[in-house]
Amino acid sequence: MRRWRYFGYRLLLALPVVFGILILNFFLIRLAPGDAASVLAGESGAATPEYTELLRTKFGLDRPLPEQFVAYILAALRFDLGFSFRNDAPVSELIFARLGPTVLLMITAFTLALSIGTLLGLLAAVARNTWRDAVISVATLVCYATPGFWLGLMLIVIFSLHLGWFPTSGFENIAEGYEGWERVVDVARHLAMPAMALGLFYLALYTRVMRASMLEQTGMDYVVTARAKGQSERRIMFGHMLRNAFLPVLTMAGVQAGNLIGGSVVIETVFGWPGIGTLAFNALQSRDLNLLLGIFFISACLVVIINLIVEILTVFLDPRIQA
Amino acid sequence: MRAGLRRFARNRMALAGSVVIFCVFLLTVTAPFLFPQGAFNLAGQPLQPPSLRFPLGTDALGRDVAAGVAEGARTSLLIGISAALSAVLFGAAVGGIAGYYRGPIDLLLMRLTEFFQTIPAFLLAMLLVVILSPSLLSVIIAIAAVSWPGIARLVRGEFVALGGREFILASAGLGASGPRIIFRHLLPNCLSSIIAVGSLLVATAILLETGLAFLGLGDPNIMSWGLQISAGRVSLRSAWWVCTFPGIAILLTVLSINLIGDGLNEALNPRLRKR
Repeated sequence: MRRWRYFGYRLLLALPVVFGILILNFFLIRLAPGDAASVLAGESGAATPEYTELLRTKFGLDRPLPEQFVAYILAALRFDLGFSFRNDAPVSELIFARLGPTVLLMITAFTLALSIGTLLGLLAAVARNTWRDAVISVATLVCYATPGFWLGLMLIVIFSLHLGWFPTSGFENIAEGYEGWERVVDVARHLAMPAMALGLFYLALYTRVMRASMLEQTGMDYVVTARAKGQSERRIMFGHMLRNAFLPVLTMAGVQAGNLIGGSVVIETVFGWPGIGTLAFNALQSRDLNLLLGIFFISACLVVIINLIVEILTVFLDPRIQA
Repeated sequence: MRAGLRRFARNRMALAGSVVIFCVFLLTVTAPFLFPQGAFNLAGQPLQPPSLRFPLGTDALGRDVAAGVAEGARTSLLIGISAALSAVLFGAAVGGIAGYYRGPIDLLLMRLTEFFQTIPAFLLAMLLVVILSPSLLSVIIAIAAVSWPGIARLVRGEFVALGGREFILASAGLGASGPRIIFRHLLPNCLSSIIAVGSLLVATAILLETGLAFLGLGDPNIMSWGLQISAGRVSLRSAWWVCTFPGIAILLTVLSINLIGDGLNEALNPRLRKR
């Protein structure tokens, strides 16, 4: 019961963030040269003064700023994020249609990075100061410095163009009309390289954090106690240290959730992955500011949700957090 | 600080990183002499593989990739260093005010910092560049605007930790003014950690910059590594070298800065030294 009240409390804390993004969005569009009406009119391609004036009254831009602000917030809370003239569709509709592939890509990259990163960090910590530790450390340093979009392009050159193992782009092979398991395999083949390009940076990051975190645990009293009562090294490692050492990694993963979304924008454009990132890139090319702001808002909401999930996981892993 | 530099010099990885960065600096200085025509000049036949005349080949427009890499080095270092510097200044100001004055100001500023840490940084940077229209300055502003929260939290933490120490209480008791305590006593004491973390910021700033340029959000009149890679994408199938070499340049530069930053962290950060 107390646990659920805690989650409710965290949820309440997340609300100001969502509200803050709305405020930021509201002022960002006013930072652009000209007012929102001229931006919108320019987008729709018919920027006569009369039309601009029409838009100005339609969106209430001739009313005082506080009134506009309230109207904007009320609309956004109903997920009414405006209209994209370029795509001739409401912004929220465009975004929600693309949300699935992005979430799939992010979850795959995140899960791979977290599991493999934790494992490699563990391995490096166990084999501290041996060649295995050195190899893992050097590899993480290199991965940590590799730009994801470049890695994606290199993967395409090697595994698609030369070896022909994976398709270069897209979400699935629609022409083949796969169904059921065949379709899952097809999507997975398309997913493999983008997930790798997106996840490798985080894999390196989690490996580093996990290694440092494991080394921090080795001197702790509870480890000495476990060793003193004759427990096997394997049991000390997996039964006692792993869970404690994993907590900082999880916290770091939560902090990095926002960056994961940013990274997926670039990766998606490299692989033509039909998600929010490609949508953002197209909006960028056509300077569709309204759509970009909508994507920013929805992505930030996604980050808040991921943070909440991480928070809940942390509480389950560490019962001491109950305050 | 002196002893810290000596510790830094003993770290072989950090030293190797310094050598690479020195070479990159050398490249930016000598670029106008090595490639007097500039990176946008049409130097020869398009899509030539690496040869003696064009060691890194040419791109789809017949521009020398090596010249682009040399000029891109200047762009990346310029943006990386100035964005990191602005972020450090702004972050230190926010964190310093929050940590020194505490109370409601602290609460407000730290909520703001956490907010900026939560929202997707790359997307915000993208938006800022679009709104301010792509130029060298707008890219620097955008990167600085998303990079400061880490520094702010660091400086606040240090200020709070130092605030209760005797020498601060003593100088406050002697009647030292707020700015005097901040600039003469508090800031110098956390300078080493700011330098260490700030140097790592340069690396992330360069990664951000190349990502933005890759999406076409860089100054179109200035050659950069991200721009080169995005231009080379169309000919990826036939000419791997156009994308590959600028990417290797990014990788080496960012890796070296990370090594330097880690070295500085170990050398200057007293809490990490024990490990």
